[in-house]
Amino acid sequence: MTAALAPAVARGWRRRRNPSLVVGAVLVALVVLTALVSFVWTPHDPTFVEASVRLRGPGSGYWLGTDKFGHDVVSQLMVGARTTLFVGVVAVSVAAVLGVPLGLLAGMAPRWTGELVMRLLDLLLAFPALLLAIMLGAAFGASTLTAMVAIGIATVPSFARITRSGTLQVMSTDYALAARAAGRRPSAVAVRHALPNVASLVIVQASVSFAIAILSEAALSFLGFGTPPPTPSWGRMLQESQELLFVAPRLALFPGIAIALAVLGFNLLGDGLRDRFDPRLEDQR
Amino acid sequence: MWVTVLQRTAILAASLIIASVVVFAVLAVLPGDPARVALGVNATEEAVVRLREQFGLDRPLVVQYADWAGGLLRGDLGTSYVSKSPVGPQVADRLQVTGILVLASMLVALVVALPAGVVMAVRHRRLSGLLLSAVSQVGVAVPAFLAGILLITVFAVRLRWLPANGWTPPAADPVMFLEQLTLPALSLGLVQGAVLTRYVRSAILDVLHEDYLRTARAKGLTAGRALVRHGLRNAAVPVVTVLGLQLATLLIGAVVVERVFVVPGLGSLLLDGVADRDLLVVRDVVMVLVVAVLLVNFLVDLLYVAIDPRLRRAR
Repeated sequence: MTAALAPAVARGWRRRRNPSLVVGAVLVALVVLTALVSFVWTPHDPTFVEASVRLRGPGSGYWLGTDKFGHDVVSQLMVGARTTLFVGVVAVSVAAVLGVPLGLLAGMAPRWTGELVMRLLDLLLAFPALLLAIMLGAAFGASTLTAMVAIGIATVPSFARITRSGTLQVMSTDYALAARAAGRRPSAVAVRHALPNVASLVIVQASVSFAIAILSEAALSFLGFGTPPPTPSWGRMLQESQELLFVAPRLALFPGIAIALAVLGFNLLGDGLRDRFDPRLEDQR
Repeated sequence: MWVTVLQRTAILAASLIIASVVVFAVLAVLPGDPARVALGVNATEEAVVRLREQFGLDRPLVVQYADWAGGLLRGDLGTSYVSKSPVGPQVADRLQVTGILVLASMLVALVVALPAGVVMAVRHRRLSGLLLSAVSQVGVAVPAFLAGILLITVFAVRLRWLPANGWTPPAADPVMFLEQLTLPALSLGLVQGAVLTRYVRSAILDVLHEDYLRTARAKGLTAGRALVRHGLRNAAVPVVTVLGLQLATLLIGAVVVERVFVVPGLGSLLLDGVADRDLLVVRDVVMVLVVAVLLVNFLVDLLYVAIDPRLRRAR
């Protein structure tokens, strides 16, 4: 009985509720809320060095304990959420602001121009975010700015590609043809007709790219190429925890969970939005 | 087919040239004076001038670029501004270490992803498929260096089964080599495996609905045999593409994981180069990684055509 019901129940739940969207939205909201609250309140000063309370265990006035400097872990995690979101928003904005117009251009321009633009963007794929950030860090000195710019530039091709394929589809429709026949310039057709149609694709891409940006920022901060101290960052919390794995493994666990939940949230949100915008795909996933 | 190969080769050559100009420009032009960077702000003017002359940094940039790029083609990566020793042999040694790590991780990823992806696709409406799906979704969200730290905590700190870090060449002590390779390869491979699983799943799901699979079933093949005989080869095309892209991701991911496990690979050389402000080493290692990524993508393109005969004429 239950075995026979399970698939139907699962299908119904997926159809109506879109669990990816719900779980993703809740996790993302949690991260955003934590970051917002950290502006007005944290249990302790996240950057205050208090030698007398170094490496305290959870409880005793510090919910998740303290690190090797006596920083309160909860407060550091809260402000770390702010850092993560800040890097993500800037990096994804850089990628979208450059990638979407390039994609539109490549979609409307004559075939060879479009191909050329895409080929040049393909070249960017040879410079993954991490490598680009290390290279920029070596040239200019590592900072949050170089990390954000590097992650953003490395993400441009995915925005351009998705915008281009959407634009090509729109440009081959009858209404785009009608608009062209009525004397509208290609750029006007792109802005009036292609852009609104690719908007949903871009939003989905933004959510997925946000997750990648969080992963990249964490890796860069872990390597010392991201957010410099004293600004708390999840990646650096992990880096500082590594030498203490034998003493206090929890120090690695908490920022690790924070990173994983945030990335999971944005990935699920992206998946959920994709299903929402294009219900035809739902059965396939 | 040959037209495709020639086309791809031309694109590869053009990409390599442009990429080398970009790397040279970012690391030789933007920071200002590499000699000053190498010696630090407290160096005397004479020392900077001497280093500039010694390494030809006073020549025009075009000449310096031609010298560097020409050297790369001959396999000569130049001499470090800081240690004054040739960079080429160092890079070759480190590349070997990183190569072993990346291939071992790829193996782990495949061993995890192929069976898990097939099960997820075949049972995608059942609880087991949904559960595996959820697990892979969580796996995708865990960065490899975090997986590394967690694996160290469990297997090195708690259970004391495996060493927490270090590297021994396979020829020196094969057992130690395998012990030290296991955790870094697992941390890179499991995470990539989670990503790959999702692609395997959707590739198999796509072929499950194909007419030829129904025909195979109608001819009397069991579901499993039909999938193995007809489905897997068709599903292989998108999976191979992703595999290639993942090889590139693994190569870059290795930079971080090498830091976690103190593995003396290319990543460590790169990060040490940055720390020592040795811009030539940084430039060389970045270029080697970029060449590797471009080369892998090129090979995947070719393999793609080899697997799927339909693409030979289409392009």
